[in-house]
Amino acid sequence: MPSLGADMTEGTVTRWLVKPGERVARGDIVVEVETDKADMEVEIFHTGIISRLLVNEGERVPVGTPLALVEAEAGATPVMAPPTRPVAEVARVAEITPPPVPTKMEAPSRATPTARLVARELAIDLASIRGTGVDGCVTRADVEHAARQRAPAPAAAPPPRRRLLVSPRAQRLAREHAIDLSLLAGTGPAGSITGADIKKAIRELPPTPAPVAEAVPMPAPARAKGPQRGPIAALMARSNREIPHYFLGVDIDMKRALDWLATQNSSRPVAERMLYSALLLKASALAVHDVPEVNGYWTEDEFRPSAEVNLGVAISLRPGGLVAPAILDAATKPVDVVMRELRDLVQRARAGRLRASEMSSGTITVTNLGEQGVDYVYGVIYPPQVALVGFGRITERPWASGGMVGARPIISASLAGDHRASDGHRGGRFLAAIERLLQEPEHL
Amino acid sequence: MNRDDARATVLRVLGQIAPEAHLADLEPDVEFRDQLDIDSMDFLNFVIGVCEQTGLDIPEADYSKLESLDGCVTYLTANSK
Repeated sequence: MPSLGADMTEGTVTRWLVKPGERVARGDIVVEVETDKADMEVEIFHTGIISRLLVNEGERVPVGTPLALVEAEAGATPVMAPPTRPVAEVARVAEITPPPVPTKMEAPSRATPTARLVARELAIDLASIRGTGVDGCVTRADVEHAARQRAPAPAAAPPPRRRLLVSPRAQRLAREHAIDLSLLAGTGPAGSITGADIKKAIRELPPTPAPVAEAVPMPAPARAKGPQRGPIAALMARSNREIPHYFLGVDIDMKRALDWLATQNSSRPVAERMLYSALLLKASALAVHDVPEVNGYWTEDEFRPSAEVNLGVAISLRPGGLVAPAILDAATKPVDVVMRELRDLVQRARAGRLRASEMSSGTITVTNLGEQGVDYVYGVIYPPQVALVGFGRITERPWASGGMVGARPIISASLAGDHRASDGHRGGRFLAAIERLLQEPEHL
Repeated sequence: MNRDDARATVLRVLGQIAPEAHLADLEPDVEFRDQLDIDSMDFLNFVIGVCEQTGLDIPEADYSKLESLDGCVTYLTANSK
């Protein structure tokens, strides 16, 4: 059971996507895990053959429990998870087992984890597909396209028993409403059953004759899967107990950035349009180059800087709660890509479909509370990270420049820094770098 | 696209953006933001979803017409093929 964030102590296996005997490649999504905060897809970090599943679906186990045995070259070894560690040492997990970063897939057939999954379900050879993703990477759309192109399967052999493709949300809904998945025709990608299909089924299925007591509308259970403050409470308490925070703030003129954005968006198709939060994120990631002391982990009484900027993004979940998955290696990605990944992260976070590697690998976190109507953010650092960047809302304010006062769109940026890892002088340089970078949005 | 199709499309896309929402209770003339607690990223994902489903490319200047269910239905019936 991987640690999907420093605040996680245990997780429930909700669904295995592989069976014993199945071949898996590094980066494949093999199991779905439910934590107190969210549902997560977990990738495997080794290539080999699954020899045994050690944890049953529905079972809840502590972080560090081996989930499966994977046969590599010689003999079976538990490789799904690091050996069990005391919860108090969770901070060290990041350092002992550096979070796997699936930025580089193994050659020759590069494919996204979802593409691999779908290809396996549809029995399509990935090597036969030309990828249209970044660097020729095969995407799920490519696989589905290939599936449509493929001639109807020869009618000779009876088709293998069709394995149901069901989204995690659909799975949950079906469980809650006692819907038999095998009766449904999926309308999602590759015929998968989506939450919408389940909702349709709920509406259309004849109401089951229920005992009278159940026919009366029941008040919703007090905490169905509502906000659970426990994990975040423990993490934040630890942050304030252990981290000597210092706070800095700066007001930034956003006029150039917003003008540039408006020009860009007017000529872009809808799916490529950007929000200003993508500029804030990219500027924050790039500013780390000036002040590397804000990016990394504080572990065992020393600061371990990170070479990559894995930019954690605080995303509020609607039933309540907070997750901070990371945009991996954000400083080297063009702002368009940062935007696309941010959009994808927000949607998946709120649909309960984040991946393990995204949850565990942030090296610095950004929180943007502007939409909640706040002007200033005084953040609490996510241990073992050492800095949290906060942005408030953009408001039009009087702004003096060159001896003149005018109205400009202004945003307040703040830094909560770990005084063990950096000091206010360096933190100030970091915020100044963000401000400078936002004045040249075309170079982000 | 008639009003029923437009409505179904909008609700389908909203269901993907806010799976936890009770869309049956949605007030048609009140802005999504005020009912569903969606932010600008959710709204952008919603517009993109609507564009994917209808084949439209909705300009940014028209976003304000899509802020409620009634607004969306009127816009889509007027602008889709």
